[in-house]
Amino acid sequence: MLIDFFLHLKAKKLPVSTREFLTLLEALKKHVAGNSIDDFYFLARTCLVKDETHYDKFDQAFGEYFKGVTQIPGLEADIPEEWLKMLMKKHLTPEEKAKLEKLGWDKLMEEFKKRLEEQKERHSGGSKWIGTGGSSPFGHGGYHPEGIRIGGESAGNRTAIKVWENREYRNLDDTVELGTRNIKIALRRLRRFAREGAEDELDLDGTIAGTARNAGWLDIKMRPERHNKVKVLLFLDIGGSMDDHIKVCEELFSAAKSEFKHLEYFYFHNCIYDYVWKDNRRRHGERSPLWDVMHKYGEDYKVVVVGDATMSPYEVLQPGGSVEYSNEEAGAVWLQRMLDTWPRAVWLNPEPERLWDYRHSIELIRTIFNNRMFPLTLAGLERGMRELNK
Amino acid sequence: MRFEGTDSYVATPDLMLAVNAAITLQRPLLIKGEPGTGKTMLAEEVAGALGIPLLQWHIKSTTKAQQGLYEYDAVSRLRDSQLGDEKVKDISNYIVKGVLWQAFEQGKPSVILIDEVDKADIEFPNDLLRELDRMEFYVYETRQTVRAAVRPIVIITSNNEKELPDAFLRRCFFHYIKFPDKETMGRIVDVHFPKLKQNLLREAMEVFFELREIPGMKKKPSTSELLDWLKLLVAEDIPPEVLRSKDRKTVVPPLAGALLKNEQDVHLFERLVFMARNNR
Repeated sequence: MLIDFFLHLKAKKLPVSTREFLTLLEALKKHVAGNSIDDFYFLARTCLVKDETHYDKFDQAFGEYFKGVTQIPGLEADIPEEWLKMLMKKHLTPEEKAKLEKLGWDKLMEEFKKRLEEQKERHSGGSKWIGTGGSSPFGHGGYHPEGIRIGGESAGNRTAIKVWENREYRNLDDTVELGTRNIKIALRRLRRFAREGAEDELDLDGTIAGTARNAGWLDIKMRPERHNKVKVLLFLDIGGSMDDHIKVCEELFSAAKSEFKHLEYFYFHNCIYDYVWKDNRRRHGERSPLWDVMHKYGEDYKVVVVGDATMSPYEVLQPGGSVEYSNEEAGAVWLQRMLDTWPRAVWLNPEPERLWDYRHSIELIRTIFNNRMFPLTLAGLERGMRELNK
Repeated sequence: MRFEGTDSYVATPDLMLAVNAAITLQRPLLIKGEPGTGKTMLAEEVAGALGIPLLQWHIKSTTKAQQGLYEYDAVSRLRDSQLGDEKVKDISNYIVKGVLWQAFEQGKPSVILIDEVDKADIEFPNDLLRELDRMEFYVYETRQTVRAAVRPIVIITSNNEKELPDAFLRRCFFHYIKFPDKETMGRIVDVHFPKLKQNLLREAMEVFFELREIPGMKKKPSTSELLDWLKLLVAEDIPPEVLRSKDRKTVVPPLAGALLKNEQDVHLFERLVFMARNNR
């Protein structure tokens, strides 16, 4: 039962699992919800979708699958005739209604029921079955004058179909970080715990030593709990050829932001020169000289540069090579200076590794970084983090 | 047991369905939603409506999963041993029961609220997988297994600050409380202020939803802020006409401080009002 529905959701790339599907079936068996499609929609959503960012995807998939079906296959339920009638009234012009009188409501409804029974699967086109397109009187987008447009805006009744047709959750999609958990796990390799903060943990070894020194009289020693103490400086290339990689960079950034207590980030364009900036919209107004950054953040910071390193070799090698302004010193000089300040640094490159050899600038930067360039994939991230931890 | 909403809490049909699914199938229910949409309230209301005890576990960034089960107070045992206290011989005197243990030994249904699960460390939900799934855990110190005779109803809230692991999500029901529409909001206000003047309410709601529409707002006013604001309007006895002023866009509504909690938002709003005035 409903296996097709489940597979349909899977095909639509919703992260549903068998376990959740079985939960849904169990809930149906125990009659948690009524027999209406609204209840089924809410129940399916609460069982199968675990993130509001997927609500929109679910609404679309659900609408597609159940378009034209007002009952759940396999469950005996009444077709809500009143509801359909209301829909029809809303979508038919007076002339059409007059025509319809010829056929009569009851007959139309009967037809409709019969077809629902005959119909085994979703159908598109054709002239008889319920589905999308085609000239059947039933379904969506048909052009039969007596057609029922199922799943249009309903007449002000607060039914679920309104929710999935309206796709109310559209703007929740993509606003929240997606798939960053794996990145976070990779970044955790960087964690280095140190004892800092309030003393709230019993130091067992210290207590034993202290008690022994105290001739057996108890001397409790406390110590601070361990905290993640790693400090990270993140430099992000922005604009130009990086536009293709925005999504993966955003994911990395949002994962890094919640994972490290001491994280500072700066933006640059193509190659790092005298200036970096914190807010890309005000990049020309509020720049920080790289000298200041180097003086402010000590060598205990680990540096992660994210960029595709794809540019003209002049931008790296020549003074005045920057595409934005005339820089007095070449990019290579600045990169070397950075590496001198922060010896532990890696370059993460969103371009696929196999292309690296074909681009001169990548080769150059890779040499400057002493081969510590890694692809911006999970595996690459892990290699990079391991390198930083050495 | 079925939850049908209460006199003081308006539950939409989809929320009720999610709660009832969690009650019937005895799985945890994960609730997300904008701040101030009544996520924490839900657990209290479910417990109240079903007439069963509520056990709350508020999560902080330092909370460990173990603390919900039990803690072994080694320090006081060590101290007692120095003083020669008889208690010291039985280790179970130093086992402090956590919220889950307390719920498991109730012997009757109860509601556990795990509030703001996203505040904790990223591994926190994973550490509770088995405990929430099987509703049992093992106490190493006393070598006993604690098992729930009656599975409690578990309600977990999250503010979306961290992503939760998939394995955890798969075991839960999920519901996202979406911001109430005008009609639902009307019912919510009715529940809290039954005798509010109809026209005042209508004007106030217009102002409120208009405020929420302003793009670029850092913290949109939520239900709880609307209720606070209404309380103030009633206390100050502000007539509805003040809110209705024709050019609502050019006047800052009275007591707007109750709705806008963020300095930048207040500035943004004042700037918009100022611009609207100049355009006249």
